[in-house]
Amino acid sequence: MTHRFRDLLALEPLTADALGFLLDQSKPFQEIQKHPLKKLATLRGKTVALAFFETSTRTRISFGTAASRLGADTMNLQAEASSLKKGETLLDTVFNLNAMKPDCLVMRHAASGAPHYVARHLDIPVVNAGDGTHEHPSQGLLDALTIRDRLGTIKNLNVTILGDILHSRVARSNIHLLGKFGCRFTLCGPAMWVPRELEKIAPGTAIRCLYRIEEALEGADVIMMLRVQTERLDDPPLSANDYILLYQLNAERLGRASREAIVLHPGPINRGIEITPEVADGPQSCVLEQVTNGVAVRMAILYLLASGATETDTHPALQVKPKESANASD
Amino acid sequence: MRIVEKSQLMSAPEIDRTLQRLAHEIVEKTGGTKNLALIGIVRRGVPLAQRIAQAMRGIDGVEVPVGVLDITLYRDDLSKVAPQAVLRSSNIPFGVDNMELVLVDDVLYTGRTIRAAMNGLFDLGRPKRVSLCVLIERGHREMPIEAQYIGRNVQTSDTEIIEVRLREIDKEERVVLVDRVE
Repeated sequence: MTHRFRDLLALEPLTADALGFLLDQSKPFQEIQKHPLKKLATLRGKTVALAFFETSTRTRISFGTAASRLGADTMNLQAEASSLKKGETLLDTVFNLNAMKPDCLVMRHAASGAPHYVARHLDIPVVNAGDGTHEHPSQGLLDALTIRDRLGTIKNLNVTILGDILHSRVARSNIHLLGKFGCRFTLCGPAMWVPRELEKIAPGTAIRCLYRIEEALEGADVIMMLRVQTERLDDPPLSANDYILLYQLNAERLGRASREAIVLHPGPINRGIEITPEVADGPQSCVLEQVTNGVAVRMAILYLLASGATETDTHPALQVKPKESANASD
Repeated sequence: MRIVEKSQLMSAPEIDRTLQRLAHEIVEKTGGTKNLALIGIVRRGVPLAQRIAQAMRGIDGVEVPVGVLDITLYRDDLSKVAPQAVLRSSNIPFGVDNMELVLVDDVLYTGRTIRAAMNGLFDLGRPKRVSLCVLIERGHREMPIEAQYIGRNVQTSDTEIIEVRLREIDKEERVVLVDRVE
């Protein structure tokens, strides 16, 4: 079964079938990461514009590596150096980039929905590389790929997410993806970051909020850590010491999860704050596999969006498969 | 436009006998099975390569490794005719350096698939020799590429299509010549 995508703006509207297809298409690119010669000519002559209106290291390098391994050239726009600082509007900046004729735009922006807004005004595919507190689709996909590789499936797992979930686009993309495969979520962290409203963000998906980490880890198959944005600890006030005491993932607490449980972290990790080095470097940790898989997932995304003949008369913004299948095979 | 079947080129037993002969030819010309490996091109080259390897087991008693190569990423026409062509997994679980590799495909036509396959192979290392084995050679080459091991030569016109149907994929086993008619 094939799926066609015009843009990749969010995982929420995609069916389990389309998500499974994206994961399957990442597999050949995982193999290429192991080749001595990793460079393909598949997107030779194409240009990928990387517009990061919000700072990013890992995601920007990952998309850039993905583009160059596919043989594409990149244009780079970084927030600090851009004329946004001089008062140019978002749309003007994007139109200027587009006037240099890229074949695809990868963008990150601090405002939720900014990529959707831009996509409505552009005729090239737009990839959301993180927008505000909304979604981070490629991170959701690479996490799912990592889980599937380690546990053999992404169906019906108990997933515990720890940390600042309120502000996390990573958590949202993961919930929207894994929720369609029957995973159940436990969200845990300080009450100010885990409001009860989050239980309703994905209708049809079992989500509960707990505030004691020991309870939240009970029987977990997957533990997703989120970075504690230390800048946010001050507002409302919570000391790093209190956070460590109450919510740090250490070996003893990890022992409450299922024996084969794996630990994911989108990075960058704060060793000694949300996670102990013992756990971060332990056998259950997948953090570096996530990074490797990130390149493969992003190669698949760019391949699917930027290869092939350009068609202007086509598909609705996100997908063509109208059929909703809640639990397709992964 | 309709597609009509014109004739059957090979039956199931003929395919089987041909693959047996090709296995013998490859072993003979390579001087044994040392460092020999087969690379099946996705899709129908894969079962063909597996069957040739099986036939070789009968000759030399040796397990000849079989790799799987999907050439989609190496195609030269991706930007024209195949938007979002579906990728299948390649799997070459052995080093190719200094190996005697035999690419296996069902039909040799323009030669472009083989050009793409060689690009894919050389990303994996530096084989000692690469040769080509096809079930059907139908002419009309657009590249300077030749097969060393040929099941059958068939004269075709440009509008004709050769369909190799294998039980592993198509649930039937024969080779047919079909034509496009207006």
